[in-house]
Amino acid sequence: MSTTALRTPDATTLATVTLGRRRRNRRRLVVLSVLSVLIVVMVAVSLMVGRTFYPPMDVLRVIMGQEVQGASFTVGRLRLPRTVMAVLAGACFGLGGVTFQTMLRNPLASPDIIGISTGASTAAAFAIITLGLSGTGVSAFAIGAGLGVAMLVYLLAYKDGVSGIRLILIGIGIAAMMQSATSYVLSTAGQWDLQEALRWLTGSLNGMRWPSVVLVAVIMILFVPLLSVVAKDLNMLQLGDDTASALGVRVDRTRLLVVIAAVGLIAFATSATGPIAFLAFLAGPIAVRLVGPGSSMLLPAALVGALLVLIADFCGQYALGTRFPVGVVTGVLGAPYLIYLIIRTNRTGGAL
Amino acid sequence: MAWFLVCLGILALLVVASIAIGTRTVPVSSILSALGGSDETLDEAVIQVRIPRTVLAIIAGAALAVSGAVFQGVTRNPLADPGILGINMGASLAVVIGLAYFGMSNPNSQIWVAISGAALSAIFVYAVGSLGRGGPTPLKLALAGAATSAALISFVTAVILPRGDIAENVQSWQIGGVGGATFERIWQMLPFIGVGLAICFLSAKSLNSLALGDDVAAGLGEKVAVARGMASLGAVMLAGAATAICGPIGFVGLVVPHLCRLLVGPDHRWLLPFTALTGASLLLAADVVGRIIARPAEIEVGIVTAFIGAPFFIYIVRRQKVRAL
Repeated sequence: MSTTALRTPDATTLATVTLGRRRRNRRRLVVLSVLSVLIVVMVAVSLMVGRTFYPPMDVLRVIMGQEVQGASFTVGRLRLPRTVMAVLAGACFGLGGVTFQTMLRNPLASPDIIGISTGASTAAAFAIITLGLSGTGVSAFAIGAGLGVAMLVYLLAYKDGVSGIRLILIGIGIAAMMQSATSYVLSTAGQWDLQEALRWLTGSLNGMRWPSVVLVAVIMILFVPLLSVVAKDLNMLQLGDDTASALGVRVDRTRLLVVIAAVGLIAFATSATGPIAFLAFLAGPIAVRLVGPGSSMLLPAALVGALLVLIADFCGQYALGTRFPVGVVTGVLGAPYLIYLIIRTNRTGGAL
Repeated sequence: MAWFLVCLGILALLVVASIAIGTRTVPVSSILSALGGSDETLDEAVIQVRIPRTVLAIIAGAALAVSGAVFQGVTRNPLADPGILGINMGASLAVVIGLAYFGMSNPNSQIWVAISGAALSAIFVYAVGSLGRGGPTPLKLALAGAATSAALISFVTAVILPRGDIAENVQSWQIGGVGGATFERIWQMLPFIGVGLAICFLSAKSLNSLALGDDVAAGLGEKVAVARGMASLGAVMLAGAATAICGPIGFVGLVVPHLCRLLVGPDHRWLLPFTALTGASLLLAADVVGRIIARPAEIEVGIVTAFIGAPFFIYIVRRQKVRAL
């Protein structure tokens, strides 16, 4: 009797399950569209509002490529690359962060806590200050170091398999080391560079130019499809390695691909904007809260990340008395959330 | 006892090294005349700078190491360290706020502010880390500490960035070093260190009881909460005062107690004095190394200790069983 019940679930169960799935799908759709609309609104606001206000028509004409007195320079050369970079970098950090959080099944395992962003910024600081590089050279250093640190943390955490907790603690140790390496590089910097380096290290969109925007965009075109292809396997990894391999996922290969893609996104975004504090960490949990668990978190996290950067940059520019770089705003906002998350995790012992 | 003498010998050697070795090579005759109090030639003046620096390294190393040992005892946590628990960062933030908004330049008030900041963040981290099942486990405390550190760092940055005038000052202090030592500042911090050390040494016996677990300690007639509070107060004073003068120096409080426990065992009455001695040696050694390896420049001691300490931290994490974490 019970075996038949297992084979064919009765109609009411089936109905409940279908209904639940449909409700979750609808919620996901609603959240995604609201996020997208908000992003479009914020982009428009960032382009129009500033020292001088330009009406929507002027902005549109600049985007279409026409010459508009004044607006061509302010909007086209200053605000547009900055805004596009905010969206791209936010998406990169959101994607990279949520990928690690999902793979390691712990919200604290985001790249900025386990040392990957720290490693990338150490390398970038070294490239900028000590070697005097810029542009592609800095990016190459950042991505090399990001991957290197990711591998190092993973290898050090490996001992009869990888325990997420051990990995996080080891990541914290490595991050501390990288942090002091960065401090050393900074201490060799000249007086004039210091303020600039500090600004970069918190993450800033100041003086964004088209070449770096294009570079990040190209990287996204390369890595985002890769991530979305393995996204399904990634969700299964969340069930634990054994279950995932039983379900037909090639665990090691998936993990390697995922790590390369996520680190690539994070490292290139970092080399362009600096490690925007707590962004990779924040986007995932917020997205989960909004959408609800169960489906892939990649797209929601990317949208949340982009929106966060847009809002934080706008606030940092105009809402406060002095002009703060975007990383300070996300840092100050993110810090209490981080602590709240730890308290909640301690209470419930739960994952993401 | 034999180990004690060995450590004393090592410390003495390091003191000699710290005075003799540096960016500038100084002949022995100048060293001797400088120790006699003369500072006429450049060489002698260099030595006059190195003496307070050496003294400060000894004091700060001892303070940080004892503070770490006491925190490890109080929380019964092998990963406890004033740096990892976010206590140094609390002191930093307090000092930075004092400098930026209240124009606080008097070193004495700086120490008070640093100690209050350290105490606040210690209480906060402990409260956050002990919520939930199992009380304050090593993992939860370490995570709470790392998260609080990260949070405090972003507040520090937010305070410094708009203030170009203090940024350089704060940045060099923030790395953690003993380079700017003067006897004047050492005198100001000495009472705090003295009181802190006294409290910690007096708590040694209660720490031994606490190591057996709260229930057994209570059964042995220990007032658990009072003992824990007193010991923590001493440790916070040490960490706060050392941070106020040297900036946040990490990992000394983590590494040294572990090494000493290997040598003299877990009895805190022996462990604490021993830790003080070894901590002083370690910080002194780190300072000398920092002066040698990057000639002609210097590497601040806080950076050297991070490079010694972080691998050690990783080693401890790896050694623990997953379940114990």
